[in-house]
This record gives sequence, C-alpha cells and structure tokens, in this order.
Amino acid sequence: MGSFSTSDFRKGLKVQLDGDPYIMIECNFVKPGKGQALYKCKLRNLLRGTVLDRTYKSGDSLEAAEIEEISAQFLYKQQDHFVFMHSETYEQYELTAEQVDDAWKYLKEGMVCSIVLYNNAPISMTPPNHVVLRVEYCEPGAKGNTATNVSKPCKVDTGAEFPCPAFVNIGDLIKIDTRTGEYVERVKE
Amino acid sequence: MDRLSPLPTAPLDNLQLRAELLRRLRSFFFDRGFLEVETPILSADTVVDRHLDPFGVEITSVSLPSPLSPLPQIHYLQTSPEFGMKRLLAAGAKAIYQVSKVFRRDEVGPLHNPEFTMVEWYRAGDGMSEGMQLTSDLCEALLARGPAERIGYREAFSKHVGIDPLAAETKTIIETVRRLDIAYPESLPEKDRDGWLDLLLVEKIQPHLGKERPTIVYDFPAGQAALSVIRPENPPVAERFELYVEGIELANGYHELLDVEELRRRNKTANAQRMADGKPPLPEESRLLEAMQAGLPPCTGVALGFDRLVMLAAGAKTLAEVLAFPFDRA
Repeated sequence: MGSFSTSDFRKGLKVQLDGDPYIMIECNFVKPGKGQALYKCKLRNLLRGTVLDRTYKSGDSLEAAEIEEISAQFLYKQQDHFVFMHSETYEQYELTAEQVDDAWKYLKEGMVCSIVLYNNAPISMTPPNHVVLRVEYCEPGAKGNTATNVSKPCKVDTGAEFPCPAFVNIGDLIKIDTRTGEYVERVKE
Repeated sequence: MDRLSPLPTAPLDNLQLRAELLRRLRSFFFDRGFLEVETPILSADTVVDRHLDPFGVEITSVSLPSPLSPLPQIHYLQTSPEFGMKRLLAAGAKAIYQVSKVFRRDEVGPLHNPEFTMVEWYRAGDGMSEGMQLTSDLCEALLARGPAERIGYREAFSKHVGIDPLAAETKTIIETVRRLDIAYPESLPEKDRDGWLDLLLVEKIQPHLGKERPTIVYDFPAGQAALSVIRPENPPVAERFELYVEGIELANGYHELLDVEELRRRNKTANAQRMADGKPPLPEESRLLEAMQAGLPPCTGVALGFDRLVMLAAGAKTLAEVLAFPFDRA
C-alpha cells in the first residue's frame, strides 16, 4: 500500500498507525507566523474506537491502512447482528449493532451500502448519502401550512424518527441525507 | 463532494461587508497620505524563506526551447508584495500601501487559503513603536475593538508557560512541551529550537492573545527574524511584531532589515534549511538585493491578512464564510 503526505491529509483518510487501522476524524492545519506548518489530527482506531491526538509537520507521511471497501446489500437483522451480502462475490458479512451505529435508522432490505473490511473482516459500514423512507406515523399537518421552517417528528418504516416539515403526511416517501440526518424533500413513488 | 458546486460559500451580506471594509481601509491610508501602489504578482524574484513555498510558473513558451533559454524559465506568484514595494521605497517612495492577491502552496485550512488577499504597507522613518501604533490604529478603525495592548514575546511566554523563550536552553523548551502534554510531531528535530517554541506559542499562548482587546506581540527570537532587523542585545531579539485578535494572527510587521550582506547570509541559510527539508532552493539573488545595495530607507513594513480581518468583523469562524469561492471551489 502507498503512503499519504501531509498535503493529502484530510478528514476520512484511512491510515495504518502502530499496527492498527485508523481513520482521520479531524485535521486542523495551523501555521504559526513565520514557522512550520503543523497538522493537528484526531485519529480514531477503526478496531477499538479509541481516539488519538497526533500532530504532524509538513513533510511527514502516514502509511495507508490495509483496508478494503466493498459494496454490499443489506439482507436482514438477526438479534444484534446486521447481515450484508457482497454485491459481487455474494459472500455474507455480519456487523454488530455497535459497528452499524446510527446507520440502522436508514437500513432497508436490499439497500446497497459501503462496508470497510480489515483482514477480510467487516469493521464499519456507511449507508448511501441519500435514502428514501416511508412515513409510517406523524401528527397531521395544519391544513394549508406549507411553511418549511416548522418541523415535527415523523416515524418511518425503519423505526427511526426524523424531524420533517409540517406538510409531510403518513404514507409519504421522504428523502433523508444520511450524513446529516436531515430531511431533504418529498419524493414521488 | 462539493468540488463541482457552482455556489459561493460566503453569504452576500459578508461580501458586502468585505467591500465596505476595503473602502474604509483605503480611506484610512488616503487620510494619512499613503500612496496606493501595484507591483508584479508574477515575478522572477521571491522571498527565500524556509517555510514559505511559492507557486513556480513556467513563463517561456512550452513548445520552443531556444538556445537563449534551454530550460523553462520560472517566475513566482508572490507570497507577499514585499520585494516590489521595497524597490519603490529605495526609489524614493515614502509611505505606500498595496492590496494584493498573494499565493502560498500547501496552505489550506479553516484559516488558510492558498490564494488570499494581503494588505501591505511601508512608511519610511518608522521604527517599531510607530509601526505598532499605525497597526493598532488601522485595527481600531476597521474592527472597533479599541487600541491594541502590547506584550513582549518574552513576557508572553513567562506569563503563559513560565519559561524564558530567549534564554532557556532548547532542552528546557522541549521539556516544557512534554510537561504541558502538547502533541508534537515525532519528526521534529531536538535542535529545531524555533519549531519547539512555535508549538508552545500555538498551543498555549496564542489562544489567549487578543481576547479582551487586540494584542500586539513584539521582539521575537533572533532565529525568527525573517526580514527584520536584529537588535544586538543579550540575547539578541528580532524587531518584529504580530497582531492577534481573538487568538488569530492578523498581521506581521518588521522593522526592516537594511543590510544587504546580512540578507544574503539569511537567504543562504534559508536555502540550506529548505534543501535539508527536501524542498527546492529559491533564487538568492534578486532585484531587491540590488535596490538595497543602492539604499533602502529605514522603515517599518506590515502585512495584514485581509480575509481574516473580514472574517473577524463578520463574526465568522472560517475564511470560506468571507470568500466568494475558496480553494476547493476555485
């Protein structure tokens, strides 16, 4: 695998450090007056979840993590496990609730997600940036209220709740941005 | 993700504020008899600094290597308009300012954009005190946060980290960084004294500067003189100052170095350090040296980051909020 120099450093970079894979969750560029550029980074251990503070100076480099990203379909949930299937090899992978984290809110059968493998074992997953979910329950909206700045909780078919504009009704299909958890728009069938 | 977005990142209100501040800045200098000038942004000369990396641009025709210039000729996008402005001072200009786009490689972050707007000014006859006063007046005129308070670099260190940055052994400075639990680059050499001092400054001192009022820090270690005069005290100090507002470095001033041989030596040292860092050397000879040979009047010069100033005035936290199109949308 290759290595990244400081000018490649950014949020989301996956690197190998002291034998473990890490993801850069923060990278802050600072440069004192006439001094050397510093990169103040926070790195999360992809296996343990622990967070490290590391500072690098320009010219330093980090090894790329030996990880693989695959796309896989969500099949079903079994007790505390989420089962996915590799889109090409049909191999199945199980992820724990902890590994899936908040993403359960978006998971519907057949959804194609991205899964990170380390030594061929899954360590995390990311849903698509936008998902379409069906509203199963919400309070009725005031008639004629098309204001977008008033929101109400709407329960969707995954069991999660999202704040949506007042005009959203039961049965509507809504698009959610999974990176922010925010309502984007209503969509047609 | 936003690479192809056509939208500006700054709200139009902030662009309006930006234009208004620029108008007030120009009238500030006009009222004080400064001449607005323009000098080349693309020049054969560039500042030789260990930690400043200019963009080099090939200026000769791509298709025609000629016997006169077999190698592509490189010009540099200026990292500050310093050289051009000093050449004007050497030619007799007394008080000049410039609002200029400048360029620095690899500087991208919430407070850095590789292309940014710098306001730079010089006034012949000014020493440290006059230079700091004018900087404070400008800051007050544009940000309305009162006159700047002043604190020596030495005093700032003794107040916030309890060491004497000029006299302490490098070993003591490193121990202080470790004791204060500051994350430091493992690759930072033990002999890089200024690198260790910078860590203390950035982590433990800078956040306190310019909180109540704007703050000017003055008299830097001689190793950080850049293009300023070194005052031969024991230990010697560089006649340099920096203005901070809300922990953010806004301006840097020099009581300007006039000694051409001294500048030659500093250029040589900076290039040796650049090569040790794995960076290309920059041209040591320049028209600035020629102008200094003819005579640069004693003066103080200051460079201010205009985008950061607008950001502070707007109450924003990142440059993207005051730049129409920051680097990732440029």
